[in-house]
Amino acid sequence: MTKMLRRDPRREWIARNRLHPEHASVLREQGEGAVSEWLGPSGVIRKNPRAIGFIGPSGIKRIDRSGAQQGGQATGSSHQAAQDSRRTVTIEAPAFLVAVVPELAGGRLSGHDKDLLGLARRLADADPERPGAVLAVIFGQQKGEGGGELKEQAFGEAGIDRLLHLEDDAYVGFAPEARLAALSTVERELAPRHWLLPDSPLGGADLGRRLALRLGERPATGVWQIESDTEALSGWRCTARGAAESLDIQRPLPRVALALAECAEPVDETRHAAEPLHLMTAVPRALSRIEDLGQVAVDPAGVALAEAEFILSGGNGVKDWDGFHHAAKVLGATEGASRVAVDDGYMARDRQVGATGTWVTARVYLAVGISGAIQHLQGIQSCDKVVAINMDPGCDMIKRADLAVIGEAAEILAALVAKVEQQRGGQRDAA
Amino acid sequence: MQPEHQGVAVTVLVSVGRHPLTGRARRADQDARGLELALGLEERLPGSRINLLHAGPRSEESESALRGYLGMGAGTGLEHLTLLEQPEGADAIPALAEHLASATPQLVITGARAERGEGSGLLPYALAEHLGWPLVNGLAAVEKVEHGVATLLQALPRGQRRRLQVRLPAIVSVDGAAPAPRQSAFGPARRAQLEATQVAAEMDHPFGEWQMVPARKRPKRLKIIKSASARDRFKAAAAKAEGGSGQVLEGVSSEQGADAILKLLREEGVLPR
Repeated sequence: MTKMLRRDPRREWIARNRLHPEHASVLREQGEGAVSEWLGPSGVIRKNPRAIGFIGPSGIKRIDRSGAQQGGQATGSSHQAAQDSRRTVTIEAPAFLVAVVPELAGGRLSGHDKDLLGLARRLADADPERPGAVLAVIFGQQKGEGGGELKEQAFGEAGIDRLLHLEDDAYVGFAPEARLAALSTVERELAPRHWLLPDSPLGGADLGRRLALRLGERPATGVWQIESDTEALSGWRCTARGAAESLDIQRPLPRVALALAECAEPVDETRHAAEPLHLMTAVPRALSRIEDLGQVAVDPAGVALAEAEFILSGGNGVKDWDGFHHAAKVLGATEGASRVAVDDGYMARDRQVGATGTWVTARVYLAVGISGAIQHLQGIQSCDKVVAINMDPGCDMIKRADLAVIGEAAEILAALVAKVEQQRGGQRDAA
Repeated sequence: MQPEHQGVAVTVLVSVGRHPLTGRARRADQDARGLELALGLEERLPGSRINLLHAGPRSEESESALRGYLGMGAGTGLEHLTLLEQPEGADAIPALAEHLASATPQLVITGARAERGEGSGLLPYALAEHLGWPLVNGLAAVEKVEHGVATLLQALPRGQRRRLQVRLPAIVSVDGAAPAPRQSAFGPARRAQLEATQVAAEMDHPFGEWQMVPARKRPKRLKIIKSASARDRFKAAAAKAEGGSGQVLEGVSSEQGADAILKLLREEGVLPR
């Protein structure tokens, strides 16, 4: 009697009726709740859409068909996976070398450098049978990237196979002749097939042109695109900007090329070895006819707002303008203002930051008493770090800021000035 | 020392510019800045001589553009321009190098890049390599010239300046950081002379072989999301850019707030020492 299979028509009916209040519990008892896919009688995969999914944040059931379940956590884990998914590539015996001289602004690979290394990888990896290696020649000190990460890792992830690190006092500051002598030695010893430099004012534009003429090459400058071309001698063809940005010149890629930013996509799928390399022979000492006497202190008030590095900007919340000007002087900041402060006559019109004023590119932007109108936020889009001092914790500037302090602007500025002055006084006493 | 010994012989290399909107010939902006620098030098160092030098074809259009430079020299004794006449498409570098080698000025000032032709900015470097003179780029000001050594200010990005000393003769190139040029006076520009000499032309062959088209707009880089799942890609494309990552200090004393700001400023290294 106990072996006899008994059907319970009522329970079967509840299991079929998903609107029944006991539907879920019945399914669970039957052990079918978890099954969302099964092979149907005709050999077709059947799916139960009611058995999958999750309850979203607004209490509505959501089905995620991408395979990644559970809303919030999915992005984090996939980012992790994306970082770990870099292929490690080691090129033991390269067929040729592509030399890159990154500008290393501030001791780090800039975005321009990474684009350039991406371009170098395209040149090196064009023929998978005979891959070339990317050689980076760097001068002087460099910093690792992203919170004490190893420098080899940062260089390797940018696509560098061989790293030639030249460290000498002769390369500090503006030393084109010493650097040129070093690069000539590299040319003699390693004879790279291509030389790539960034066409940027901080170094590559100057050094690259000097190098090209020393090697007797006519370089392509302002290169922004390359494509393979079997007719050209080097196998590549490039598009370069000429005549004050008004012409596109298409020509075969020469040995030395100076490339603009965004000339290629930076490397993001592979990790390279960044093996250190050393020169066999010593770099000859060049007699320098140019002497670097060091940087000159410039008056921050005279620096154009668009290229200032550190801006102290005041808005409607600033009541003590004398204190504001004093703070700018003590901090060594260039002064800026929001539209309201300019309209009220506290600041000159040429100091206005925002869509209707100047688009600024400061590294640190200290906004005092600015609520953050959308036009103002547009103007500070390309600032690296934004610090806000404001009374209203809900304003848009606080949302944009990397560091926000809620409080009375005048008091906080005065405290900041006092601290800086005290610190400077202390240094003077010690010295 | 006699006052005329203080003066330096300056040669300013000028080119025919191109107006960015209309495309008409004009005095090139950077070259005009270079001439302005030279004129300022002449005011401070009496006895200096300024020569203007141009190599290229002579036509009505280019002549009116070149006279724009001469008009800047009204009342300063700048009266003529040396024109090395060449046919269209000739290489200017050998002609200029030969002329400079024989004229031996102490300081040669050029613009960083031409506004016509290849505009690669190679000319000052090629001349420096030909003549074996030192070269300084991105000049903002000449501070002084003494005993054959010039003290210069070089412009760096973000409005910074670097002081350099260079032994003369030297070539310097100026860009947008140099002082803005003065206006060009029409009358003196008409009256001034162009001293044209025919020079041997060496054609610039590779330049003629390249394909040139009006610059097209560079494609804007897209934010590429490398993700296997459609959901991540959609979220990245549709998500509103939000800060949210910033640190907000609320209910702290002004001292604590100032401390936090000072720490950030010091980390970024923007405070003057």
